[in-house]
Amino acid sequence: MEEGSRDQGQQCVGTTDPEEDSPNTIIYRKIEDVIMRLQDEKAGGVAIRTVKSFLSKIPSVVSGADIVQWLMKNLSIEDSAEAIHLGSLIAALGYLFPISDHVLTLKDDGTLYRFQAPYFWPSNCWEPENTDYAIYLCKRTMQNKARLELADYEAENLARLQRAFARKWEFIFMQAEAQVKIDRKKDKAERKILDSQERAFWDVHRPVPGCVNTTEMDIRKCQREKNPQKVKKSVYGVTDDTQTQSSVHQSLPSQPSRKPTREDVQKEISFLNMQLDRHCMKMSKVADSLMSYTEQFMVYDPLASTVEPSNPWISDDMTFWDLEASRDPSQHRVKKWGFSLEEALKDPAGRDAFLKFLESEFSSENLRFWLAVQDLKRRPLENVAARAQEIWQEFLAEGAPSSINLDSHSYELTSHNLKDPGRYSYEDAQEHIFKLMKSDSYARFLRSNIYQDLLLARKKLVSSSNVCFHFPGQVIDGQAADRADAVILTLPGLEGHRQTPLEGP
Amino acid sequence: MGEMEELRKEADNLKDQITEARKVVQDTTLQEAVAGTTLVGRVQLKTRKTLRGHLAKIYAMHWGTDTNCSKLCVSASQDGKLIVWDTLTTNKVSAIPLKSSWVMTCAYAPSGNMVACGGLDNMCSIYNLKGKDGNVKVMRELAAHTGYLSCCRFLSDSEIITSSGDCTCVLWDIETGTEKTIFAGHLGDCMSLAVSPDFKMFISGACDFTAKLWDIREASCRQTFSGHESDINAIGFFPNGNAVITGSDDATCKLYDLRADQELITYQDSGIMCGVTSLAPSLSGRLLLAGYDDFNVNIWDMLKAERVGVLAGHDNRVSCIGVSSDGMACCTGSWDSFLKIWN
Repeated sequence: MEEGSRDQGQQCVGTTDPEEDSPNTIIYRKIEDVIMRLQDEKAGGVAIRTVKSFLSKIPSVVSGADIVQWLMKNLSIEDSAEAIHLGSLIAALGYLFPISDHVLTLKDDGTLYRFQAPYFWPSNCWEPENTDYAIYLCKRTMQNKARLELADYEAENLARLQRAFARKWEFIFMQAEAQVKIDRKKDKAERKILDSQERAFWDVHRPVPGCVNTTEMDIRKCQREKNPQKVKKSVYGVTDDTQTQSSVHQSLPSQPSRKPTREDVQKEISFLNMQLDRHCMKMSKVADSLMSYTEQFMVYDPLASTVEPSNPWISDDMTFWDLEASRDPSQHRVKKWGFSLEEALKDPAGRDAFLKFLESEFSSENLRFWLAVQDLKRRPLENVAARAQEIWQEFLAEGAPSSINLDSHSYELTSHNLKDPGRYSYEDAQEHIFKLMKSDSYARFLRSNIYQDLLLARKKLVSSSNVCFHFPGQVIDGQAADRADAVILTLPGLEGHRQTPLEGP
Repeated sequence: MGEMEELRKEADNLKDQITEARKVVQDTTLQEAVAGTTLVGRVQLKTRKTLRGHLAKIYAMHWGTDTNCSKLCVSASQDGKLIVWDTLTTNKVSAIPLKSSWVMTCAYAPSGNMVACGGLDNMCSIYNLKGKDGNVKVMRELAAHTGYLSCCRFLSDSEIITSSGDCTCVLWDIETGTEKTIFAGHLGDCMSLAVSPDFKMFISGACDFTAKLWDIREASCRQTFSGHESDINAIGFFPNGNAVITGSDDATCKLYDLRADQELITYQDSGIMCGVTSLAPSLSGRLLLAGYDDFNVNIWDMLKAERVGVLAGHDNRVSCIGVSSDGMACCTGSWDSFLKIWN
């Protein structure tokens, strides 16, 4: 093959050639592998027998129960329901079928099944036309056999086709007669088998109303079929120029696969060089971080654990959602703020608490800047330039009222961005300020009274004279109250004064 | 040696070096690291609601994330309709008729003000849900792709990212209706995309069997992940944004870590033969819910890579799945025309 596909093969570390395998082909191959093993009696496959029934014999059948058992044993499936599900899928695709039913499912009992002939396998890319189906139904009516009588839906289909093909019905009739002649020449037992296989083929391509049509393809994948303008081959070898292409195929232009050019390879090389420079984190560290994240959040995960007070979907009780939305957060919710600064800022109550804390430290400008930039990103375009300037004036200009601390590089970059202000002019600055808050104020926030009070659900009694009591025995800033009946007062006028903890930060 | 051959040799050499570098950090595997963790108990979710109303295959659904609409979701069906559902009452909040019935994707804006959809018309249509007279109208039609629109996700009310069968992803400015950035690099149809929790990056999965991580502002591809043996149909971020989950036609899902720059683990089972169509992690990331072509959803313990549950209730392929932003409910959409809410 030429260069193009080879390079594709290298791009993707797979063992299959992307140009040859359509998505359906993969599953067909897997199932055909199972089917071959199933039928191989010598190598542990199921026993395919002739079963006596009243006056006749039923050739080449196997019971559903046998198939289910084989699947469980040979594919290591523990649950019989799963084996039945897989078996029904294999039947629905057309690889095996119940001899007495048009509906293609697998039952775990004595129901008899037969294997489909490889000629009719879906991997042969059949897309039988309605002319073929008409020939089939027509020839069934010509044969006087009880087992070949049309089901109601088939009779309806035939009537419809007779109307649709009124002008070429003679042609169809002749083809049907020819087929009947060919069939008559075959051995009786062989005919039984072939008839049933043919019927099963049509059960796949013209399913019983209400049954899933497994030949339906995802329209996104249709386009990439190896042969989009498929050569329409007839099941009965009929060559008919008037056969129409299916309408879906007609409206889709085929997408040629791109072949890499010299430029592509050069781009790839520079990309690979960048990759090589990257620092890879150790797997052990990665695994640890995944495990600790899931552990932390599992109690908050309603699908993995039971949540309190109750799951509203099950109990119809909205309390859970009311609690989540309230500005008066539960301890459970407050605990999450301690997982990361991102989590704290996700929750509006968390933002409020953090802001309150920063205000008490006289460093709220950082968070206010961060919030202003978040808001800027959501503004309509017409307001962006003006708002960006306002932010500059408030936080970054010389003598700004809420001056934030940026390193010179970031300051210059931002200043440069502001020459043509846009929604993302402050990205770099915002990242810096976020990192600053994360490494500095956030840790102190978690140790602060504001946070701890909420976390431990300590009740604060605030009287009209702004006196604040802490209950004895409670932990304050890491230190237990000295005396059992100690009471700490914050006097009016000293509200803003930061309580210096007995230990350093 | 021709120039092309020399270049290829250089590329191959670099690839080998990268493989080596990745091996160097493999001081353990995820499987070994979690050996001491207990498997999550059997997860049994029940259908709490069935949303009936579509008349044909459902191809996509997306939950609203804003607190005002966290119980709302939008679905797109080949019956040519976009329906916004109140999943709690099962009422239809809006039923939007589309110009083209061949719709393949839909998205809900984080603000709850808009929805978007697209498909074989190669366009992404944006609808304003909060119009003055209460009617839902087309606000913008973003046209520039030369292939079908496979997926779209809002960054905000003013920006949206789309992925297409023309092998590219595009960042659009909704207000002006123009392309801001084109992300090219995939060699096959882009099937799916997902935005990182911090909205700075996004990942795309394509029919070239690879997933790519893109920096939105830098407009560049940061990393590429391979290993799948067929089309990647579904992609999502692990909740902390440090890892990527993919689902493929090769019947497996994979977890790739961004910082280790490699695959951590594969979710597969000998009894599963059908391709993965869609996936969604649970809130904590401990569970992975994946929809398959065989009509089922399989629930995996993401750390131990074992199946811990099955959702069987659809009569045809599960085409889309989503977990609500508070993690409370999982919604599945199917070719059987129904959506189901599970928990």
